Amino acid sequence: MRGLVEKPKSFQGLILTLQAYWAAQGCVILQPYDMEVGAGTFHPATTLRALGPQRWNAAYVQPSRRPADGRYGENPNRLQHYYQFQVIMKPSPTDAQDLYLGSLRAIGIDPARHDIRFVEDDWESPTLGAWGLGWEVWCDGMEVTQFTYFQQVGGIECDPVSVELTYGLERLAMYLFDRRSVYDLPFNDPDSRAPVLYRDVFHQAEVEYSRHNFEHADVTMLLRHFQDAEAECQSLLGNGLALPAYDQCIKASHRFNLLDARGAISVAERQAYIGRVRALAKACCEQWLKTQAPANG
Amino acid sequence: MAELLIELLSEEIPARMQARASEDLLRLICDGLKGAGLTWGTARAFATPRRLALVVDGLPVSTPDRTEEVKGPRVGAPDQAIQGFLRKLGEGRTLADCETRSDGKSESWVFLRRIPGVATSAATATAIAAAVAQFPWPKSMRWAANRQPWVRPLHAIVAVLDGATITGEIDLGGDRIAFGRRTAGHRFLSPDPFEVADFASYRDGLRAAHVILDPAERRAAIEAQAKAAAATLGLVLKDDPGLLDEVTGLVEWPVAHVGRIDDAFMELPPEVLATSMRAHQRYFTLLHPDGRTAPHFVVVANMRTDPAGTANIVTGNERVLRARLSDARFFWEQDRKARLDARVPALKDRIFYAGLGSLEDKAVRLQVLAGELATRIPGCDRAAAQRAGLLSKADLTTGMVGEFPELQGTMGRYYARADGEADAVAEALRDHYAPQGPNDRCPSTPVSVAAALADKLDTLTGFFAIGEKPTGSKDPFALRRAALGVIRLIVENRLRLPLAAAFAAALRLHGKAPEDGAPRAGSPVADLLAFFADRLKVALREKGVRHDLIDAVFALGGEDDLVRLLARVDALGAFLGGEDGANLLIAFRRGANIVAIEEKKDKARHDGPVSIADLILDEERALEAALRDAGPVVDAALAREDFAAAMAALAGLRGPVDAFFAKVTVNDPAPALRANRLRLLSRIRATLGQVADFTRIEG
Repeated sequence: MRGLVEKPKSFQGLILTLQAYWAAQGCVILQPYDMEVGAGTFHPATTLRALGPQRWNAAYVQPSRRPADGRYGENPNRLQHYYQFQVIMKPSPTDAQDLYLGSLRAIGIDPARHDIRFVEDDWESPTLGAWGLGWEVWCDGMEVTQFTYFQQVGGIECDPVSVELTYGLERLAMYLFDRRSVYDLPFNDPDSRAPVLYRDVFHQAEVEYSRHNFEHADVTMLLRHFQDAEAECQSLLGNGLALPAYDQCIKASHRFNLLDARGAISVAERQAYIGRVRALAKACCEQWLKTQAPANG
Repeated sequence: MAELLIELLSEEIPARMQARASEDLLRLICDGLKGAGLTWGTARAFATPRRLALVVDGLPVSTPDRTEEVKGPRVGAPDQAIQGFLRKLGEGRTLADCETRSDGKSESWVFLRRIPGVATSAATATAIAAAVAQFPWPKSMRWAANRQPWVRPLHAIVAVLDGATITGEIDLGGDRIAFGRRTAGHRFLSPDPFEVADFASYRDGLRAAHVILDPAERRAAIEAQAKAAAATLGLVLKDDPGLLDEVTGLVEWPVAHVGRIDDAFMELPPEVLATSMRAHQRYFTLLHPDGRTAPHFVVVANMRTDPAGTANIVTGNERVLRARLSDARFFWEQDRKARLDARVPALKDRIFYAGLGSLEDKAVRLQVLAGELATRIPGCDRAAAQRAGLLSKADLTTGMVGEFPELQGTMGRYYARADGEADAVAEALRDHYAPQGPNDRCPSTPVSVAAALADKLDTLTGFFAIGEKPTGSKDPFALRRAALGVIRLIVENRLRLPLAAAFAAALRLHGKAPEDGAPRAGSPVADLLAFFADRLKVALREKGVRHDLIDAVFALGGEDDLVRLLARVDALGAFLGGEDGANLLIAFRRGANIVAIEEKKDKARHDGPVSIADLILDEERALEAALRDAGPVVDAALAREDFAAAMAALAGLRGPVDAFFAKVTVNDPAPALRANRLRLLSRIRATLGQVADFTRIEG
């Protein structure tokens, strides 16, 4: 891409480069969804927009929370809060792989000087009732992106099919900037007036949220919140409000993840909780689909 | 004669599906060609990560015209029949268009219908469309707005016959792909498309464009490069045909590189290193000449690069491995902080199967069952067998097995040794899943045998008790494999373990009441005995044992001691292979046939005692005496399980039997003599029947 040949020098530079690249491909650049989610796929711009006949091309950063992955800031690779960069294109373009490889070039990975591979990986989200086929993309043996053609979302067949690209930004940045610990990543330009590391921005949060997720989150309250979210979701669906109902589904999902991290859910109960969230997700997807006009060409 | 070239170019096909897919392409296209009446010379199919290809040579350019005979009614048949026939032939046909045919008795009308030949190109176009529509991918997907699924998006189809592009297209239910002659080489090394005229220009064009078309050649290249890379360091490549197959499906242009494993990770068990490298990264393990794991690995890239690129590839892969092995080392250190016996209660949270309790329940059952089986296994320490049974599933709660399920058992052994468990117990934790099939290693040390038998018997009896038996091709719990495992463990270790008793012991632990006496039809024990008889027959047949010998021994019924049963089959085979046995079989059949025919005629059985007074000829008296003498010898031999001796005693009957048939007329006019002779013949059948059911033997 002209104007983007300069390799990013920082974590935020990586994000800005990807945003500029995908904006140039015609994607709508959205901002993160303002709720706690486990992955970029939960953003309604993916989950809901993957359904229905309308064209849709979007890209965004999504902070993703996996409470059980907290390591009190001590593990150089694992975080309970991290960033995904998400791209969704519907219908999936014929040159989806080439567009993706263009994004690698944009961030400074020249496929002629690396070993880029598309290795089989089937994707499934039991809580969203979603699955797709595709690959994990390897760069010199490291998984840098999840590349998925959605087949079903919310138990509903995708027609047309979307392609979803998910870049794990911290891991990609560690690779690009050759850092062994996520905390040593340059958050902004290291040559700038006030260089900041990833540690400066997030280390305290990792320590505190790990304590919250594993030790202090109030289980009784979380169980109540789960039930409240479930009931509210169903009630909103009764009023035909797909988007607000879906917010409650996201909420229930995150409460479940917290309960899981707290060890409050037994192995036997786990499947039942996942089934309850999936039922909400399906109902929201069905309601959303009712609101979608026929194809806009 | 013409050559046909087909290529289906797509996005990356999963490695594990490629070999089967190339066979399916060959089968489907050839079926289509055959259906069009075409014949050809050879057909070969190939697969790379992005393409399936097929070349068929020796095809005609078109099929010749054919005629088909339509048979009609007799000449002179009623008009209604004639009119019906003509209507079938189509508008405007009259008898003037038909001929008559005679079969020697009568004359009939026939019509010779001309079927014009088809062009091979048209037949191929149809065959390609049918193949795409029916292709049996194990998992396929849709893309964009198309309806037609494929394994991953399909981009182009080459279809060239005799140098010319075949006219046609595939309708994906949205997009259309016209047949053409353009293909693409390596995604990064030779991205420009190029045209092909025939298979030679296709294969050579691909090679020039950094794609080795033939998977066998790619596989050989990978193996040679990996071995050469190992040799430069004085190391050897660890043999891993499965990994070699998989890597063959991941690269179009293989380039092997050697990477270094940090010394800090070399304290990990070699299986952990190998599994971590193989499962996540598809790296090959390298060994020192003495067999120890070396601190190096081979990664096969799909890329030829400059030195800077090579450095990227090697350091990048080393870095990923470092992160992977850090995880493995974390598990290795964490897991050893809790003893295996302390992990057993945590198995409570893991369901074995609905209705069969948790894995903790299973562990407790295995403890008891392995102890009971120990008494039947020579040299087996009962306490050690019980310990192995109890601990056999404990490693499933470890982080390492959570991460690498294929290390179950292997890690149990390491952790048991770290806990100070006896060596025999540790070995049994590793061995109790074996044998996993006909070619897997079968445990032979006593404690391992007890644990392995207990695990399989518990699984088999549990699923049979809740009615989850394999049906047809469905065997979701691999019960057939488990039964074969039990058979191999018993037979190869020559264990005297009656199956019915073993099943009953295992069933009791599932809380099922023991059965008294012979198992009732439809009970789990009876079902399991029948299931095992089937599995044993399959196993013996695969070893080349004649199925009729197996049937002849199984027909005796009531035998659940596998060692004894197989000894009988062996002895029978040896007996019938000899001249005496073969001749006795002929005489036995002759006698048995006579008795059967006469019994049918008389509507009565002739199996009472033989009357000595009614034996008037020397030959019949001699036969009676020989049978009387043989009886106790056969009985005694059978009692001490000396089946060869029992057969030898039977072989002694051959002379008297042959003499009897030479001189004695069975159907004597005197009814008393006739009936007595039939009873004598019945005695032959009964005597031989103690050893095997000779009526089942063929040939």
